[in-house]
Amino acid sequence: VGAEEVAEPFRLLAPDGSAVGDTDVGLEADDLRDLLRWMTLARRLDRECIALQRQGELTVYPGFEGQEAAQVGSAVALGPDDFVFPTFRELAAALVRGVDPVQYLAYHRGTWHGGPYDPRATRFGPICIPVATQIVHGVGYAMGLRLGGAAACCLAYFGDGSASEGDFHEGANLASVFRAPAILFCQNNGWAISVPTADQTRGEIWRRAEALGFRGVLVDGNDVLAVYRVTRQARDRALAGEGPTLIEARTYRIGAHSTADDAGRYREEADVDAARASDPIARYRTWLLASGHADEGFVAGCEAAAEKRVLEVREGVVSQPPPPAEWMFDWAYADPPATLQRQRAEALGGG
Amino acid sequence: VVAEAVTMARALNAALRDSLLEDPRLLVFGEDVGRMGGVFRVTDGLQAEFGIDRVFDTPISEAGIAGAAVGLAFGGWRSVVEMQFDAFSYPALEQIIDHVAKMRERTRGRVEMAITVRIPAFGGIRGKEHHSESPETYYVHTAGLKVVTPSSALDAYRLLRLAIADPDPVIVLEPKARYWSKEEGDLTTEGPRIGEGRVLRDGGTCTLFAYGAMVARCLEAAEALEAEGVGLRVVDLRSLSPLDVELIGRCARETGRAVVVHEAPRTLGLGAEVAALVMEEAFDHLEAPVARVTGWDVPYPPAALEQHYLPSVERICDAVRRTVAY
Repeated sequence: VGAEEVAEPFRLLAPDGSAVGDTDVGLEADDLRDLLRWMTLARRLDRECIALQRQGELTVYPGFEGQEAAQVGSAVALGPDDFVFPTFRELAAALVRGVDPVQYLAYHRGTWHGGPYDPRATRFGPICIPVATQIVHGVGYAMGLRLGGAAACCLAYFGDGSASEGDFHEGANLASVFRAPAILFCQNNGWAISVPTADQTRGEIWRRAEALGFRGVLVDGNDVLAVYRVTRQARDRALAGEGPTLIEARTYRIGAHSTADDAGRYREEADVDAARASDPIARYRTWLLASGHADEGFVAGCEAAAEKRVLEVREGVVSQPPPPAEWMFDWAYADPPATLQRQRAEALGGG
Repeated sequence: VVAEAVTMARALNAALRDSLLEDPRLLVFGEDVGRMGGVFRVTDGLQAEFGIDRVFDTPISEAGIAGAAVGLAFGGWRSVVEMQFDAFSYPALEQIIDHVAKMRERTRGRVEMAITVRIPAFGGIRGKEHHSESPETYYVHTAGLKVVTPSSALDAYRLLRLAIADPDPVIVLEPKARYWSKEEGDLTTEGPRIGEGRVLRDGGTCTLFAYGAMVARCLEAAEALEAEGVGLRVVDLRSLSPLDVELIGRCARETGRAVVVHEAPRTLGLGAEVAALVMEEAFDHLEAPVARVTGWDVPYPPAALEQHYLPSVERICDAVRRTVAY
């Protein structure tokens, strides 16, 4: 590290749940309780997905345990007209944006690519596997918002590994040059599969914004209130015509990269234990109870509701029929060429 | 309107202008396309007429340009983007192959990629390295894309307008060597569609299949061989994906002989696909194997050598003579 001092992430709640800043972020009591509802549901569903994969009901699944606050806090900060471009690890954000989890999980069931939910209706882009390409989509969408004079912004999620890609830099630079109402939201979860962030970059990701002429923010990604606050500020700035913001939310990937990965090959269990001690849900629950906005009964109710919802989702996922073969041909082109129509007939047994 | 002869560059410019007039949601962007009007002047005057919001310069970011077009399409915008030269389109390949080509399918038809990627392509201009490549196979081999290349000014107007109006993404490979070629007639979208080839010269002995700048060369060869009593049919494929299988099959059956001509290296060039189609569609009618006259399987050579690389009229004539004598 050069002359720069090591920055402290913006934080409203300490890991033990005590307030260390102004926790009045403009949310009503109901909204504050919703944050815990969403995080509780997200974690329960994430664990269920891993179980579903082990039982052969899903293909490879990328878990997000530990990142609930980063996703929920940022997604809740968006308005209904805002648009999100996710990576492949944003199930929690998808839930908040109103994406039907059964449709979302059709992706991981291997039923369809992208995700069969309607990205325009949900304002949540297709699941994106190629690393960092979705950042540019988010910036392009935001450029369109500015051209059309819309009072909305676009948020693109990405990870610490994605920040090493060319598309991160191209997207960030375009966002800056065109003053696009974009939020580039990095969940730095410490790991790009097996490579720790320290081996990914010697600098801090949020600082790159300054070099490109726009605003960068570092936030404690395990503090849902702080994440909400900085995302909301970024959104306000975007809508006011003040251009993009790069947010780096420091969090931790508690689980493996995916169900196909064995994290024991590259990291110590002790490191993970330290991260578990900084659990985002426990932190927020402690504060919420202490603040008087919720009681133990509410917490128990959240867990029961999550349990019930997750069982519904499981049922929806496992009862999904395999897709018909003609789907391969149905949407490749708006007007399929004659050659493709012949192949379709051949594939479906009519040729 | 009786138009005077227009260059291909001018016809392309007119196609962009007419499309911008027709659709207020259409944007034109890329490197140097704004105030300068493009390195080949294809976008000349468009920014002045339509404003900096609709016709704009971007940073040098080919992946960013293609990716931004994807994001814009989610918001209902249509884009014509320019990759300045063939080889400079490669940084955008990930965006084009992974997203532009697949997004319609990935969203089950809900989000259309009404994106036109214009790429000045091919050789014959004594260009520096990386300025003369034939990238068509990369794009033709990518499902979800359409690929067209005009051979003349009026068809360039037609193809670009059709590409822009198409709900699917279209790669338009503009033959640089033909930018200043002129053609007389009306600029119109009437005529052959994307997916259709056109017969430019009729003949009964052998069919020459070509596209881009090689079409003019094939017409020259046909002229030369007429003196030898060989009647050549010249087909401008123009739509490289989808190919006009019906026309390819019919011409091969009617003439019994076929020669495919392109600038791209031979191996897995479009000629391989055309030859396979001829075999499938016309096997019983063939008098000779399909011949290929192509660039060699080497990197595109420097200016002083390009006449040894590009199919010449003489090489085309030789291939036809061998095919006829088979």
